[in-house]
Amino acid sequence: MYTFALKMLFGDSARFYGMLLGLAFSTLLISQQASIFVGIMSRTFGFITDTPGPDLWIVDPAQRFLDDNKPLRSTAVQRVQGIAGIAWAVPLYKGLLVVNLPDGKRQMSQIIGIDDASLIAAPPFMIEGSVTDLRKPDAIIVDERATRREFKMERPPEGGEPRPLRVGDTLELNDRRAEVVGICKATQTFQSQPVIYTTFHRASQYAPRERRQVTMILAKLEPGAEKEVVRTAIAEQTGLSAYSSQEFIDKTLGYWMRETGIPINFGTAIVLGFFVGVAVAGQMFYNFVLDNLKYFGAMKAMGASRGVLLRMVSLQALTIAILGFGVGIGITSSFGLMIPGERLAFRMTWQIPLIAAFAVTLICTASAALGMWRVLRLDPADVFQG
Amino acid sequence: MPTSDPSLCAVYARGVEKVYVTGDTQVVALRGADLEVNCGEIVMLVGPSGCGKTSFISIIAGLLARNAGALEVFGQDPQLLSTEARTAWRLRNVGFVFQQFNLIPTLTIAENVAIPLILQGSDRRTAVARASELLERVGLGGRERSSPTRLSGGQQQRVAIARALINAPRILVCDEPTSALDGATGQRVMELVAAAGRAPDRAVIVVSHDDRIYHLADRIIHMDDGRVDRIETPSQHKSHA
Repeated sequence: MYTFALKMLFGDSARFYGMLLGLAFSTLLISQQASIFVGIMSRTFGFITDTPGPDLWIVDPAQRFLDDNKPLRSTAVQRVQGIAGIAWAVPLYKGLLVVNLPDGKRQMSQIIGIDDASLIAAPPFMIEGSVTDLRKPDAIIVDERATRREFKMERPPEGGEPRPLRVGDTLELNDRRAEVVGICKATQTFQSQPVIYTTFHRASQYAPRERRQVTMILAKLEPGAEKEVVRTAIAEQTGLSAYSSQEFIDKTLGYWMRETGIPINFGTAIVLGFFVGVAVAGQMFYNFVLDNLKYFGAMKAMGASRGVLLRMVSLQALTIAILGFGVGIGITSSFGLMIPGERLAFRMTWQIPLIAAFAVTLICTASAALGMWRVLRLDPADVFQG
Repeated sequence: MPTSDPSLCAVYARGVEKVYVTGDTQVVALRGADLEVNCGEIVMLVGPSGCGKTSFISIIAGLLARNAGALEVFGQDPQLLSTEARTAWRLRNVGFVFQQFNLIPTLTIAENVAIPLILQGSDRRTAVARASELLERVGLGGRERSSPTRLSGGQQQRVAIARALINAPRILVCDEPTSALDGATGQRVMELVAAAGRAPDRAVIVVSHDDRIYHLADRIIHMDDGRVDRIETPSQHKSHA
């Protein structure tokens, strides 16, 4: 009977393709919007994932998220270095500065100043040049994406066609000369500003004069040191808060989730996708069951048990759910693979297909349950009433 | 003539009552209907609309519960069985021919005919092969893979009869089997039904308004207002007409 159930499903091709497209579209909306949401949210903590070295990110207790800079005294670095269980601690500068391009353009950019000696928190992946080139005078390393976009030379100093910024070009940061010594790859920031790496000392010179220049302190635990013990010691001795990378990511994400309208906006689209599924596919499946009610009734009269009929409807619902989900998630994946990821924030984590599958299953289960209820209530004697 | 011994009857019904209750409204469909059908007999249940024919055959076929009265179908009161047991009893003992055929359009006609056998536990291939044999017998050999939608009304009803007969039911219940057919086609369809019913361990009950097929019955049971009003042979009916 189960083969027949599938033939009933596939045989009604207009309704079958309607349900398939409805579920696929619902899956697409849910998974695509969720992937873009995760992609955008990932950009809020991209620098943390780009910097795998430190065990602890030490910041002012009032700092709410990664970019919520509350600069620290420079002495804080030495105080942290003196705490038992700390293998090393280095300062980090992170801030926004205006960059003047040779062709006169001005561009707000994110400047990351890393420890001069150790170069800890250097760019994760170099495309051209070397991290150690930062030790050259006025050296900066520029994010590759920015060289083609914001820093693209519309009127190169040597003349000729517009071209990307390249090693050897010079920029001005806050009216100070900076020379590009390398091109790196970095995770795009939330606000999509170009990312420029330089040394902490040089970043402090580029930045406006302030009493406090250390944005945060990156620290490594000694082997065997207890994170909680060290964290407590940091709090007691410096008054600062220390987070592991994951904790700092969670804190940053939590801020954006709680304090901004981003989740509600994407959540609305995701819920809309769910309701599209309910309205189109769920309704169609329910109508499909209703249209077949007379056949189920005839089968019931002929001796089909309730169990057989329920399993037939369940199989039909499960089949259309799997197919609709498969098509939808396939389109979303193709979308993610084919659209270049620079501008489109797309990140499909393993949870997203599960959420979409759950939503589609819910739609099909609900409509199948309604259909089954009708099948169960079906009086086989009704088949004699025409 | 029918016997009064229930054990010898295919169907023995005494004082069957059926009341439909909807909210505060009660509709009495059967007011003590009596009927005896012998094995190998074909009876026509006739009467005006709303006289209780459909309710009566639904109760006899184990589809509907009665409110009062006695009923045995081949010695079994279907109402004494649990829902699942009654379903299984119908599967083994009752064949149905519906007015609207109720053939599933997305299955082939052989698959439609095979449904009762598959419900009885046969594998699909065996059931479809047996269905093809039966389709041959009802004059639809070679059309096994056709869709029901490609058949005429008469052909569809022949498919429905093949479906009703495939599990060799002891009682065949037909509801207006010729109402959607022209006279000649209806005649051929009923000849098939009659041929299937004329066996010592079978019986056929046909609800019909179509007096062109009454001559194929052994007896014509006239119902009115929820009761059996009178019983005639086809010749008696013809002379009254």
